[in-house]
Amino acid sequence: MKLKQLESLLGSLQQFDHPKAENSFGDLCDKVVADFGCGCGTLGLAAGLLGAEHVTGFDIDQESIEIATSNADELDLDIDFVQCDIRNLTLSDRHIDTVVMNPPFGTRKKGADMEFLSVALKVASRAVYSLHKTSTRDHIKRRALREYNASSAEVLCELRFDVPQLYKFHKKKEVDVAVDLWRFVPTSNQGRHL
Amino acid sequence: MRLLTHNMLSSNIKGLTSGFPLGIEVEKTEEKEVEMNADFLRNMFAKVEWKALVEAAKTLGYTELPDNVEPSMLDSDEFLRRFHHALLELHLEEGALVCPETGRKFPVNKGIPNMLLHEDEILLQ
Repeated sequence: MKLKQLESLLGSLQQFDHPKAENSFGDLCDKVVADFGCGCGTLGLAAGLLGAEHVTGFDIDQESIEIATSNADELDLDIDFVQCDIRNLTLSDRHIDTVVMNPPFGTRKKGADMEFLSVALKVASRAVYSLHKTSTRDHIKRRALREYNASSAEVLCELRFDVPQLYKFHKKKEVDVAVDLWRFVPTSNQGRHL
Repeated sequence: MRLLTHNMLSSNIKGLTSGFPLGIEVEKTEEKEVEMNADFLRNMFAKVEWKALVEAAKTLGYTELPDNVEPSMLDSDEFLRRFHHALLELHLEEGALVCPETGRKFPVNKGIPNMLLHEDEILLQ
């Protein structure tokens, strides 16, 4: 199950256009990057490969973090991992330049991805890269700009995930999900330490 | 877990005045060399909670960081090397992070702190 998960994530990673994040926006190279809901570490690892100076991955699940650790070892990347619930984590808003994340979409717990986005926009100084279902596009833009302190919210590209049956709550053998890759810019905070 | 990560974490138990900085209990540390990036360090200097970094480094056995600092020190290669070493090369592998107010321990295993709260520690929104 874990191998499949990694495969599917790596597959979609090719389409993530991380180089765009680096070339157009300089959000990764020499920066402090946080990966919220890092799972097997794919996004954080990609950030590391693209020159992030320091990456910390956050996830609630121990097994995922163990896999992420071994993935990092294989790529010879030094990534810190923290096991926690992002929604009640107290994190400095000064250290982290960029947040990258593939949050839970909220199919089981409604609004889970919005909670992740809210926290991400509080702690990132430069940018938040995040994946959300295309069907929620307008809703996301509105909330990000009005409630979550984003000064801009841009869909960089639309991706299609072929999600195989990974979890017990997945009812179908495979499902095709349209997903937006967003770049949010937080309104600058005055360096208050939470 | 590097001290840069430690420097950004706070205890998240409900009802605290301040959960920062987390104390450190050491069972095992490691040193892993990485290339120094002076520009990165100069950037981080303004963001890091210096006192917490010095204390954490001391707990991990590194006492070369000055207690008091000022920006002119960033011109010194020696200072940068020490800052780099404390921030990025010292790793807490086994031990615990300790809430400064309640003493509650967050265990650290294989370099990974477990900050998951018990139900009665979470502030209900």
